[in-house]
Amino acid sequence: MTAVAGPSRMIGAPIKRREDPRLIQGLSHYVDDIKLVDTLHCTFLRSDYAHAEIKSIDTAAAKDLPGVVTVITGKDIEGKVGDVPCGADLPGLKVPDHPALSIGRVRFVGEPIAAVVATDSYIARDALDLIEVDYEELPTVVDPEKAIEAGSPLIYEEFGDNIGFTMPLEAGDADAAFAEADHVVSGRFVNQRLIPNAMEPRGVLAQYLPGDGSLTVWSSTQVPHGLKTNLGLIVDIPEHLVRVIAPEVGGAFGSKLNVYPEEIVVSYLAIQLCKPVKWIEKRTENFTTTIHGRDQINYVEIAVKNDGTITALRAKTIADIGASYQLLTPLIPTLTNLMIVGGYKIQNVKVELIGALTNKMATDAYRGAGRPEATYIIERIVSMAAKQLGMDPKDIRFKNFPQPEEFPLEIATGITFDSGNYQASLNKALEIVNYDEQRAQQAELRQQGKYMGIGLCTYVEICAFGPSAGVPGGGWESATVRVERTGKVTVLSGVSPHGQGQETSFAQIIGDEFGVDIDDIIIVHGDTGRQPQGIGTFGSRATAVGGTAMVVAAGQVKEKMAKIAAHLMEANPDDLVFENGQIFVGGSPDQAVEFATVAGEAHTAANLPPDTDPGLEATHFFEPSNFTFPFGAHVAVVEVDIDTGEIDIQRYVAVDDIGNIINPLLVNGQVHGGIAQGLGQALYEGAVYDENGQLLTGTFMDYAIPKATHLPRFESDHTVTPSPVNPLGVKGVGEAGTIASTPCMVNAVVDALSPLGITQIDMPMTPNRVWQAIQDAKEGGNG
Amino acid sequence: MIPGSFEYFAPTSLNEALDLLKTHGDDAKVLAGGHSLIPTMKLRLAEPAVIIDITRIGDLRGVSEPDGKLVIGALTTHYELESSALVQQKVPILSQTAAAIGDVQVRNKGTIGGSLVHADPAADWPATILALDADLKVAGPDGERVIKATDFFQELYTTALEPEEILTEIHVSIPAANTKGVYLKQYQAASGFALTGVAVLLTRSGDTCQKVAVGVNGVADVAYRATGVESELAGKTLSAENIAAAAEKAADGVDAMEDIHASPAYRANLAKVYAQRAIAQLAS
Amino acid sequence: MANQVIHTAINGQEHTHEVEPRMLLVHYIRDVVGLTGTHVGCETSLCGACTIMVDGQAVKSCTMLAVQADGAEIMTIEGLAQNGELHPIQEGFWECHGLQCGFCTPGMIIAAHQLLQRNPNPSEDEIRHGLDGNLCRCTGYQHIVDAVQYAAEKMQGSRERKEV
Ligand SMILES: Cc1cc2nc3c(=O)[nH]c(=O)nc-3n(C[C@H](O)[C@H](O)[C@H](O)COP(=O)(O)OP(=O)(O)OC[C@H]3O[C@@H](n4cnc5c(N)ncnc54)[C@H](O)[C@@H]3O)c2cc1C
Ligand code: FES
Ligand code: FES
Repeated sequence: MTAVAGPSRMIGAPIKRREDPRLIQGLSHYVDDIKLVDTLHCTFLRSDYAHAEIKSIDTAAAKDLPGVVTVITGKDIEGKVGDVPCGADLPGLKVPDHPALSIGRVRFVGEPIAAVVATDSYIARDALDLIEVDYEELPTVVDPEKAIEAGSPLIYEEFGDNIGFTMPLEAGDADAAFAEADHVVSGRFVNQRLIPNAMEPRGVLAQYLPGDGSLTVWSSTQVPHGLKTNLGLIVDIPEHLVRVIAPEVGGAFGSKLNVYPEEIVVSYLAIQLCKPVKWIEKRTENFTTTIHGRDQINYVEIAVKNDGTITALRAKTIADIGASYQLLTPLIPTLTNLMIVGGYKIQNVKVELIGALTNKMATDAYRGAGRPEATYIIERIVSMAAKQLGMDPKDIRFKNFPQPEEFPLEIATGITFDSGNYQASLNKALEIVNYDEQRAQQAELRQQGKYMGIGLCTYVEICAFGPSAGVPGGGWESATVRVERTGKVTVLSGVSPHGQGQETSFAQIIGDEFGVDIDDIIIVHGDTGRQPQGIGTFGSRATAVGGTAMVVAAGQVKEKMAKIAAHLMEANPDDLVFENGQIFVGGSPDQAVEFATVAGEAHTAANLPPDTDPGLEATHFFEPSNFTFPFGAHVAVVEVDIDTGEIDIQRYVAVDDIGNIINPLLVNGQVHGGIAQGLGQALYEGAVYDENGQLLTGTFMDYAIPKATHLPRFESDHTVTPSPVNPLGVKGVGEAGTIASTPCMVNAVVDALSPLGITQIDMPMTPNRVWQAIQDAKEGGNG
Repeated sequence: MIPGSFEYFAPTSLNEALDLLKTHGDDAKVLAGGHSLIPTMKLRLAEPAVIIDITRIGDLRGVSEPDGKLVIGALTTHYELESSALVQQKVPILSQTAAAIGDVQVRNKGTIGGSLVHADPAADWPATILALDADLKVAGPDGERVIKATDFFQELYTTALEPEEILTEIHVSIPAANTKGVYLKQYQAASGFALTGVAVLLTRSGDTCQKVAVGVNGVADVAYRATGVESELAGKTLSAENIAAAAEKAADGVDAMEDIHASPAYRANLAKVYAQRAIAQLAS
Repeated sequence: MANQVIHTAINGQEHTHEVEPRMLLVHYIRDVVGLTGTHVGCETSLCGACTIMVDGQAVKSCTMLAVQADGAEIMTIEGLAQNGELHPIQEGFWECHGLQCGFCTPGMIIAAHQLLQRNPNPSEDEIRHGLDGNLCRCTGYQHIVDAVQYAAEKMQGSRERKEV
């Protein structure tokens, strides 16, 4: 069980996870596993209609059911709790009211209307059926392009239209470049609506202690600190009396990066009732009322010269934001704008972004958040351009990559890529997949009437959020490093991992820093009572930002320990080395003192060097100077069954450059999981609402997240271009796979079917869709 | 996630179960593997007042082979049919169909009887049971009767079973040595049910198709026999062209379903492609 | 409706409780018996997070009534390790990084347990099919497949050693 600490650095080693023993034995505690005495159970009544006026709500019969404690509606809490917050602030953003329980009007199916509290969850469920709501249905609009047309039913009458915001971005002179272009390549792309579906649904348990006025909330969240601050303001408890704990969290992918109505209502109820109140989300609720992702329609064109040089890009994006804003809703598509030129030196850009309100659940951050959309757009259009120009898709990419020595590179949309070597990752991927041979085989198979395709995707993404100017509420991260009296190390981190494994990777970093055994280090996270400040885990930021905060804090403690050790040994602190649980003089290991001895001395404090305070603890708030920009190249090889439209994935090669690697085992896990979700978008997933705003894909019976049999074995490899932005040289890996794999797969399938003249298939590329495209092409070809 | 309240009985004999069913009438639901019924109860799409759990009736479970046929108890699970050496040897298409259902956990609990009575258009059993010309034995207040598979499936989720009846056995004639079968299926990616499934039993003498039976599910709102294919190919040589021409009729006269997962045209196409592939595979 | 008394043996321990007939087995195990390693991830019997062994068969405990388990022998994830020693499948998941958030893991491990009971030496394809009733949103399954292969080899090895 013990990983060997010592001269061999732990950073870079495939150390198995320290969080696993509890998880593989069923001994961990997710929210629903936490049982407090006298807990009451809360259930929500939700709108059956996508758009309706609530004429009346009759809760009398429900209240009369034995075991029911209370039933509340929006009117009961109006003015007593604040709105569901939106942290985004764009110029001209129209922000509607967003009560935690709707009042008067419902705007999407699943919107919470009333909350029932009962002594057990079965009774609470029964009570729901006894509540009578009288709705008057209103016209709905679910298609974002229709929603922004004049005359469309209005989601908020006070706004006069359904445009929540617009966001133009212009650099260089795109129109002039188009006027001079040899070729113009254009397309309409749809990044369909996705449902994150973390395997653990959300859940909240709130406990209020009237004696001291404190509120403790256990929530399945990625952002306990943000939730703490917001909840305090919303339910009017001073922030220093609110404690939010994110216990074991069963996945999130952005869907738990929020402040949700249920967190507000359950907290309010716990305060009112002075008893613990618990709500556990059902999967059907997770489908309708946990944030959705993607949902953009993109009209894109690029100007290309005969040699393949891309000189300009113009785009218009309509982003479906749903019926209300959650925490970051309007910001997500703005990231698409920022990253729309991908890893190519396109100097002239003109993009327009419209946020459309519709009668659907709000969209927000889902793994990749805005960057998969950008990557899909640019990687599809570049591949289409290659086809149109008769170039190999790899060549057009090489043609437009910046050179490694050009980094740091400011790109047209105004951000600066930290470091990169795009040629290296693409070359490596091509080599692994044996590209030339694959192309030769493709030619051969085509002779035999078989449809093999090779898809490329070279991506760059923005992560490690980020400089505070770019993140609502701040983009720093904090950490406290404490060496206890016995030499045990406690690290309190503001990040809030939920599957990423930072209890292990952070301990590796600290183990190297202090030269102590990994088992002598504990990483504490997800509890605002223990680590009062932090931002959280999202945007592939935890290691780059949170890890750095921790390294700096550890450095401060180490400096003090060196001073004390030097004092004990009468040595020079600058000469000391921390290794194998000892502190010794470099070059003369006999002159040593135990790490734990120094820790003891620091706390006994009887023999400290002059001007040294007792204790060994430091807190650091790290503010990054820039984002990081991981990149890489993925290649997929597929064969399409022309009679059924089924896709057989034969190879999937991923070469990701995420800077330095702390733990390759964990990195591979992130890459695999990311690719799986990206392939989910490409092949299986898609939220479908009917024209009345009913979600037709509201369970796992109808919404397909990939199963084991749906996926191939992935071949994952790396190039390493350290980031200069943080001392660890890391970039972030949480989202890379998701961002790259979606366009990669679409490129492969379109490539397979290109002999039929097919240039685009919308996602998800279900067998039916692919088959239909084949039929349409055949008919078009004949006619 | 939470079913409504109900009264629960677990009879240990068929007669007891039939009595309970008669007493409680429409309020009661029979519970077998529970893998169609309990999910609908959890979503409160069904709220029966009485549940009659028949799984403790021992004699309704298992496979035996009296006089040239397999007798399958209605409570035999998908997994038992998938793994039974007897079934694998005598009517392998049954094992193959069972193995194509859902997932391991579902096959461990779900029963062939429950599946047939539930009559989900996307269920796997109906195609194979139809192609095998099975007989379904049912017991009711007035005694027993036998329903032919081709008469059993009537419309969406509706069979010839009367409300007070219980399906007890499925009888399948063991095909002769020159008859072989195969079941091909496209999985609906989310649910694992059949987007389309085609079961084919081909009886050949040399290169000639003596008889072919084709059952199709997933295409129409009720599983059907593709009689057009059967009559087209019967008596003909099993050439690629003949097979293809016959398979073209796999969805003739059928009103194919439309839903978010597939268009009618796609479902009809799958029926044809799978019919063609299945027959070609058996003919080779 | 009339409650019923049920007797079960869970992980070798006898339990007797009075339950409502409608109580799902998973709720009985989690909320009445208090074993929370078995999870609930969906309402439509598809995710497999609730998978447990009932009388030697892997079942989704959200799709069984507690009263149906009267007289049954049950094993949950908590019962897999013996005398403080991890089962080879658990070990495989740990060694091969077969889990991230861990929410699917207990059900996944039990499904793998059933798979290896029935097929001690499965191919990659057979492993993937054997796990089709269990959804994992985190791992992309590859490390889970590796974990099951690891366990198969280890169990094979210990069987061979026993035979010697
Ligand atoms: C996740 C999941 C995936 C599935 N995938 C598939 C699949 O791919 N293919 C497929 O075919 N099926 C699939 N199923 C359905 C599964 O096969 C069910 O087991 C089957 O449909 C019903 O059988 P049961 O024994 O569970 O019946 P129950 O659910 O107990 O009963 C179903 C209905 O039949 C009635 N009934 C049951 N037995 C009798 C009887 N003997 N006499 C009279 N009435 C009776 C009940 O009253 C009820 O109305 C899936 C189910 C789930 C939960
Ligand atoms: S909880 Fe999802 S299958 Fe049981
Ligand atoms: S590890 Fe998170 S769902 Fe499988």
